[in-house]
Amino acid sequence: MIGKKIGWSAVDLVVIAFALIPVAWLLSLSLKDPTTVAQGGFLPKKWTFDNYSAVFTKGNFLQPLINSIGIALLATLIAIVLGTFAAYAIARLEFPGRNLMLGAALLVAMFPQVSLVTPLFNIERSTGLFNTWPGLILPYVTFALPLTIYTMSTFFREIPWELEKAAKMDGASSFQAFRKVIVPLATPGVVTAAVLAFIQSWNDFLFSISLTSTDRARTAPAAIAFFTGASQFDEPAGSIAAAAVIVTIPIVIFVLIFQRRIVSGLTAGAVKG
Amino acid sequence: MAEIVLDKISKRYRGGQEVIKELDLTITDEEFLILVGPSGCGKSTLLNMIAGLEDITGGELRIGGERMNERSPQDRNIAMVFQSYALYPHMSVRENIAFPLTIAKESKAAIKEKVDNAAEMLELTDFLDRRPGALSGGQRQRVAMGRAIVRSPEAFLMDEPLSNLDAKLRAQMRTSISRLQKSLSTTTVYVTHDQTEAMTLGDRIVVLRDGIAQQIGTPAELYETPANLFVAGFIGSPTMNFLPGTIAEGKVSTAIGQLPLTDQAKTDLGETKGDRDVIVGLRPEAFEDAAFASGDGRFSFDDTVDIVESLGSVKLVYFNLDRPADSPELSEVAEMIGAKERFGSAQVVCQVDARSAVREGESMKVSFDPKDIELFDAHTGVRIG
Amino acid sequence: MTITEAKAARISDGKAAERRLGWYLCSPAAIFMLLVAGYPIVYSVILSFKRYDLRFPDQQGWVGFSNYATVLTNSFWWDTFGVTMLITVVSVAVELVLGMGLAVIMYRTLVAKGLLRTTVLIPYGIVTVVAAYAWFYAWTPGTGWLANLLPAGSAPLTQHWPAIGIIILAEIWKTTPFMGLLLLAGLATIPEELYRAASMDGAGRWQRFVKITLPLMKPAISVALLFRMLDAFRIYDNIYVLTKGAVGTSSVSILTYKNLVRGLNLGIGSTMSVLIFLTVAIIAFIFVRVLRTGAPGEGGRR
Repeated sequence: MIGKKIGWSAVDLVVIAFALIPVAWLLSLSLKDPTTVAQGGFLPKKWTFDNYSAVFTKGNFLQPLINSIGIALLATLIAIVLGTFAAYAIARLEFPGRNLMLGAALLVAMFPQVSLVTPLFNIERSTGLFNTWPGLILPYVTFALPLTIYTMSTFFREIPWELEKAAKMDGASSFQAFRKVIVPLATPGVVTAAVLAFIQSWNDFLFSISLTSTDRARTAPAAIAFFTGASQFDEPAGSIAAAAVIVTIPIVIFVLIFQRRIVSGLTAGAVKG
Repeated sequence: MAEIVLDKISKRYRGGQEVIKELDLTITDEEFLILVGPSGCGKSTLLNMIAGLEDITGGELRIGGERMNERSPQDRNIAMVFQSYALYPHMSVRENIAFPLTIAKESKAAIKEKVDNAAEMLELTDFLDRRPGALSGGQRQRVAMGRAIVRSPEAFLMDEPLSNLDAKLRAQMRTSISRLQKSLSTTTVYVTHDQTEAMTLGDRIVVLRDGIAQQIGTPAELYETPANLFVAGFIGSPTMNFLPGTIAEGKVSTAIGQLPLTDQAKTDLGETKGDRDVIVGLRPEAFEDAAFASGDGRFSFDDTVDIVESLGSVKLVYFNLDRPADSPELSEVAEMIGAKERFGSAQVVCQVDARSAVREGESMKVSFDPKDIELFDAHTGVRIG
Repeated sequence: MTITEAKAARISDGKAAERRLGWYLCSPAAIFMLLVAGYPIVYSVILSFKRYDLRFPDQQGWVGFSNYATVLTNSFWWDTFGVTMLITVVSVAVELVLGMGLAVIMYRTLVAKGLLRTTVLIPYGIVTVVAAYAWFYAWTPGTGWLANLLPAGSAPLTQHWPAIGIIILAEIWKTTPFMGLLLLAGLATIPEELYRAASMDGAGRWQRFVKITLPLMKPAISVALLFRMLDAFRIYDNIYVLTKGAVGTSSVSILTYKNLVRGLNLGIGSTMSVLIFLTVAIIAFIFVRVLRTGAPGEGGRR
């Protein structure tokens, strides 16, 4: 038994190392003194937090961070609201066009984002949405909707809806039954969908660099890419790494808190209900 | 030689829980051995240990003379029929049955022949190309059997294979299994919680309680000379009646009369100063309506009839006597075999001829032969005499 | 009306109400997707038939299929297409194998199950560009610990085949966990007893895997394959950061982006967009029709 445990521990360790090495590397890079960066090596020879401060002072990273947070939150919120209605209908009701809806959602999810960049680029320029928060929120919601709809409808299908009837038999009004019985049962699915949608929006790069031009609406991932173009003569690796670590922190927190939900959300789609 | 020997076999889980306690058992070649007992007694664990699906903590397992403790299940050459059949859903019946042969890399011709034979034996020939999902419960059960017999293993292990079938089907399958085993002459170890199955199928039965074998013997032995209260209460349906009794002056005093003791019983009791409490056991079938059976040597008692159950072939008459037995051992046994109500209220069941004119609420006289009684120690439950 | 007719009318009334409610609830999401995705898609298709270069806004006009001809006869396009296909197929194939292994590990490990699942989500959740920068600096000679393991003077990111290899590695690192999770779900649906039965039938570990696990996982595998292939073909972020598409490592998405946002050529950019979409649709079609993959959400036993 012990032998087996040691064996599995070794395997687990390999997997964990594999998963974390790039992150560890970034962390190390970000802590390296800029003068030592060019020397290579995995661990820093000289430690400094200068890169982190440089990111905010010279890199003006604060605004892009705020943009990322705000835009992702808003996009998630909208996608959840719209998605919940649709998911409820798909999971519970029978109506023609149900499969069409699912198919359309799938279509949008499959659609190459770059193909939307072209028309959106032009449309947003002519409507003044270019380089604004709504300008990014719109495509983010569009790509989050299939995800939220699929995730939530799979979860909703697992809810024993007869409980609502039972609650009514016990004297609850429609609204009470909904609030006290259905809502708690639906919450896990909604939270899962929200987390997945947030991660997806936070992750976006293509739309951000295509549809923004200044820090007014540029999100963090895109801003990082522009560090390279900054008028600095030092190697920007340290600052980029620092910014990268900062951008990763919310994700790590999310994953730590919501690990179970994320896993069940991702796997819910694969297991046919 | 497919003799299975369990030599001081024990199983302990990591939490310290000992599930099987130093069991010694020799299953001879071609024997049909039953492991029977209430849930949690360890019978399935024991079977899994023989199969290799669970580790053996202590002792040695030998099959055909070879030590098997460390061998993985696939190398033991024994076949198993699972309670839920465990049929491969993505394979046809033919492929399911052929699976062990495919693994053993037998030739296509040999596989076809063996599968066809097995299918014929089990009347599955018409279903060979169907998937398990398209079969009834009984058919699925036969496919599971087919998969087990097809490679002529050293032994069969069966884990409650009939418990998912309805009563009628179960009775049918019992005879099929019995016939099959006899024609194949393969050592079989069979687990069940149903004592009827145990009694009808087994050459020998092992009655298990909390990992300890209470008695190992033929059905007749278990029925006629149960080793203790537990075995006596477990074997036989309806369950044996247990009455409190006191030994005094060479007789045992019970609510149904002062009954004589056999010589053997007198010897076992030895010199007892004063009275001694015992449990008196008497099977329902030992009674009869006094109107139909009376005469020398028979005792009788009468009482008000509580309930009458008419089964067509016989009638079951329930009496309520006053004194329930005061025995913790009896209560424990009752709990395990699910007869708490009966023993708690001193209820006596008599099986009488169907022609009896017995009526509920009326008084009735029943007779019995005192030689049929069993005596058990009130504290240990061990049989006396 | 007779009683049966009245009954029928009432039944369909209830059904009709349910239908309407269904449409109402779906419509906000549907309208949103239609407006933000549908309309631009149509617009995109239309633009693909026009000559529309933002640098010469006055010279717009219908040119029929000539944009398509230009793109489809361009060897650069086909080279890029080939590269994209190569990256897609290789990375998805490797991800499938590694993901399967990961799924088995996550399912069977006796130690630290929770820790494993949490760490494995980091590649999934991390911003792709961020991870790409980690790889970029790791492979840059001088700065990078991986580059310094190679013979001196080699700069793998500046050479065609090594760069493609690095891109594939980056893709694999990022999405194997996702594959693993999808496959884990499929793995978990196989009843444990089938493995025990197979053991008794003489099958060793590898045989159990090949004859029981894999066949029963076919649906999960096809769904995972489908999603990953569609995703992989659209690869953009990793390439942008690692090579910016230099030395022939562009993907079709990068090429489109270059034509569109850098070259400001909306006509050609739209044409490429449509072609990408068609490719993705064909891949999906092959999977769903020919290989009969079930899209999640179907299989409605309601």
